[in-house]
Amino acid sequence: MAGFLNSSIGKKFLMSISGLFLILFVGLHATLNSLLLIGPDTYNIAAHFMATNVFIKIMEPILALGFIVHIIYAFILEISNYYKRGPVRYAMTVRRHQSTWSSRNMIWLGIIIFVFLAVHLANFFWKVKFGGVPETTVNGVKMHDTYTLVVSLFQANIWIDLLYVLGAIALGFHLHHAFWSAFQTLGWSNEKWRKIWTTLGDIYAVIIAFTFGIIPLYFYFVK
Amino acid sequence: MANKTINIKLRVWRQNGPHDKGHFEEYELNNVPTAASFLEMMDLLNEKLISEGKEPVAFDHDCREGICGACSMYINGRAHGPATGVTTCQLHMRLFKDGETITVEPWRAKAFPVIKDLMVDRSALDEIIKAGGYISVNTGGAPDANTIPIPKDVASRAFDAANCIGCGACVATCKNSSAMLFVAAKVSHLALLPQGQVEAKERVKKMIAKMDELGFGSCTNTGACEVECPKGISIAFIAKLNREYLNANLMP
Repeated sequence: MAGFLNSSIGKKFLMSISGLFLILFVGLHATLNSLLLIGPDTYNIAAHFMATNVFIKIMEPILALGFIVHIIYAFILEISNYYKRGPVRYAMTVRRHQSTWSSRNMIWLGIIIFVFLAVHLANFFWKVKFGGVPETTVNGVKMHDTYTLVVSLFQANIWIDLLYVLGAIALGFHLHHAFWSAFQTLGWSNEKWRKIWTTLGDIYAVIIAFTFGIIPLYFYFVK
Repeated sequence: MANKTINIKLRVWRQNGPHDKGHFEEYELNNVPTAASFLEMMDLLNEKLISEGKEPVAFDHDCREGICGACSMYINGRAHGPATGVTTCQLHMRLFKDGETITVEPWRAKAFPVIKDLMVDRSALDEIIKAGGYISVNTGGAPDANTIPIPKDVASRAFDAANCIGCGACVATCKNSSAMLFVAAKVSHLALLPQGQVEAKERVKKMIAKMDELGFGSCTNTGACEVECPKGISIAFIAKLNREYLNANLMP
């Protein structure tokens, strides 16, 4: 097993599994975020449910592990692949028609998402876990007023909103390559399924990027 | 039209030996027939260099009919130049413009060290084959092959993979210098056929171990290799290779 995980395909396998897990996570996250557009009580009840649910409590450290594995192996693979070119690099390369821009820039898209993630955790996760969130009562249950926390942040500063939009766009382009690539690495692809995975992946990427991106803009410009 | 010629400038990588630093040299070549293949153009350049008392450019070539895969040249930023589905010998000068500067480099990969000028040592691919790209069972004489019935679609699929000529364009093109398309073709070709299935699990493990050991990169599914492959090998075979490898390791 150790030999397998150290092989090139083994490392890619870890990227694929952790990536698919993160794909599920962003889907769930975007679904919950969309409740912000419905109203304070709906969103707060959902956030409270997520914060107190046993299943989510178990999944939280696994999710953190998923991020860590995905990020660490991304750098291990990217750096080792860079040096596989040898001592001299090409003076001229034309890559436009060979592959998608996303597929060649996954590491940079990942770094943008990582920067966003760090700011995002400081904005919300840290405050929710370690205090500083106002409380509210919905249907007689006392809970964090995460709605106010989110909305006040998005209304305070356009630069924060733009960072969130940038993070959403980077995630969209990341998913454009990531989705089908994860299945290809697992071997669950051929000429026919590649078309299905890329189409599904692109639809998913657009929905996710749009949902994450539109919310901060909505609260800054409309609300 | 038949007698049309062009004048070109060439920027060619010159390197005296494996340990030489290497550099680009510029040459002007006039009256190149557009009907000439790229290798014939290189011959014209070398004749000119010899007549001037200079050392000709070393480059690999063999069959000159698009099947040997020896002519490893990276032309204007692409393996085997600006046409798809061809080797360098099948690339013609009519694809270039009069007065154009053409950059010619050797394959660049850690696993393919430069021998001289445009010649690289591609024996790393042979090493991968030696690690397991064969079958060890006795299949009898040629007529005996027909005693094992194989459905036409399976035989055709295996042949699609067997089309690989081991030219190394996939490695040269891949941003990670990965040999996955080559290994995928070789593993799939044998794994699809009953004669090859006996050793399928051991084979894929050994070939991937050798590929990693020799300094090829890992696959990030950009798909650039299949675009530049002169034989049109699909990266669907890389999915099959992944499937074979995961099966061999996780379901032994």
